[in-house]
Amino acid sequence: MDLIRMKNVKKTYRNGVTALYDLTLNIKKGEFVFVIGHTGCGKSTLIKMLYRQEKPDSGYINVGGIEVTKLKNRKVYKLRRKIGVVFQDFKLLNKLTVYENVAFALEIFGLPKREIYEKTIKVLDLVGLKGKAKNYPNELSGGEQQRVAIARAIVNEPKLLICDEPTGNLDHDTSMEIMKVLDEVHKMGTTIIMVTHDKGIVEEMKKRVILLDTGRVLKDYAEGTYVNESN
Amino acid sequence: MKVIRILSRDIRDSFKGVIRNFSLSLASISCITITLIVVSISILLTYNVNAFADNVQKDVTIVAFMNVDITAEEKDDVLEEIREISGIESYEYQSKTDIANDMMESSEDLKNILSQYTEETSPLQPTYLVKVKDINKIGNIAAKIEKIKGVDIVKYGEGMVEQLVSIFEIVKNVSVGVVIALIIVTAFLISNTIKITIFSRKREIEIMRLVGSSNLNIKIPFIFEGLFLGILGSVIPIIITTYGYTMLYKKFDGQLFSPFIQLIKPTPFIYQISLALLAIGILVGMYGSFKAVRKHLKI
Repeated sequence: MDLIRMKNVKKTYRNGVTALYDLTLNIKKGEFVFVIGHTGCGKSTLIKMLYRQEKPDSGYINVGGIEVTKLKNRKVYKLRRKIGVVFQDFKLLNKLTVYENVAFALEIFGLPKREIYEKTIKVLDLVGLKGKAKNYPNELSGGEQQRVAIARAIVNEPKLLICDEPTGNLDHDTSMEIMKVLDEVHKMGTTIIMVTHDKGIVEEMKKRVILLDTGRVLKDYAEGTYVNESN
Repeated sequence: MKVIRILSRDIRDSFKGVIRNFSLSLASISCITITLIVVSISILLTYNVNAFADNVQKDVTIVAFMNVDITAEEKDDVLEEIREISGIESYEYQSKTDIANDMMESSEDLKNILSQYTEETSPLQPTYLVKVKDINKIGNIAAKIEKIKGVDIVKYGEGMVEQLVSIFEIVKNVSVGVVIALIIVTAFLISNTIKITIFSRKREIEIMRLVGSSNLNIKIPFIFEGLFLGILGSVIPIIITTYGYTMLYKKFDGQLFSPFIQLIKPTPFIYQISLALLAIGILVGMYGSFKAVRKHLKI
């Protein structure tokens, strides 16, 4: 069953740059998909469309049964509650502790305190940061901060986890640690779509890979078939 | 239960928001404080000027002089007719003796002259002193009284009264206009200050939206925050108004320069103004926050 369906999606920015040309793409529930391509090929635009940060000019987008293209501004939260997003720059609130940063995503549902506590601690344990719950983000390393961001993104058990170059600011070893965490999350049944520049990681992970070029799908590699051609 | 939990979380977050962004909160609070002090002073002035104008207008009296040889019966008839005129607040009869006594008290010379006359021979005219409800109708009422049989002449300071009324009308309108303009300027100033402080929390709003907060969910804590800022910002203006005005009233003994200009009594006046300041602070704080957040919720 497809979790994401994109059909003939086109997006031109106000400055005249066309980021996506007639993009059609389906992603099944439970898949782990890498989106790769040169800078400016439309990777970021593609995933911004999925969490409705950008609207397409034309085409059809459906994420987890929600028709994103028809979604009104004030209803966007319904989509966002079904997905988790992880960014290159972590987007943590520095004035909140690690625990508060993660619990923040649960509090909006009005859950009882006890339940919030249990779920938050469980997910911090999963990303290996249970011992740093009381620390502030700027007291953590880059890799640890990204793990907090992942914890926040998955704490409400979303169907889809969108990662926008989550390892972009990290060295290879730390990046692999993050990938391990993401793999764990994937094994729990979450569909993951990850944009990256790091072809080494892509090769190592052996997942489905979508190669974008000038706003179109250039190649769609099935799981384990991707070979880094620049090697 | 869920709504209560969300609402209590919103209130907690708005408290935290004020404290965590203390320097920014302080900027908004100071802005509210300063502008509310100015608003308070202008309200105090406006009300006192208006009260003064009302007092002066209430004091304006029509004096109806009756014929010197008026009989007791005719005098009662005049009273009957005055009573029938609508718009009269009060009336008072002054006999020849009353007038003579008043005049004799005021000067030794008059005493010597007036003491030579008896009630019958006195050249003084008995009068009715009439006060009206609406100063604008004084001319009409005076004209009606003048037509009554037995009334010789009517005086109410014609010409001057009309001028006074129009001047006070202008003063009232201008001062009310100034207060309204000041409140509007205050609203703008405060909402702009809050806008700047919220702009620096754009990231927080962005993240709230990313994790799935609805627009309403995001707005409510900020609106509560505006409410707290409004309350905190109106504390000093309220203290200054309450203590300042009471002290001023005591120092001047309730009157400014002469007994003619009476100040409004502090109670319940200061409480009404304090309540108004609190309401303005809260409303403007909430409105400012609401407008500022809304700007960041468009995408």
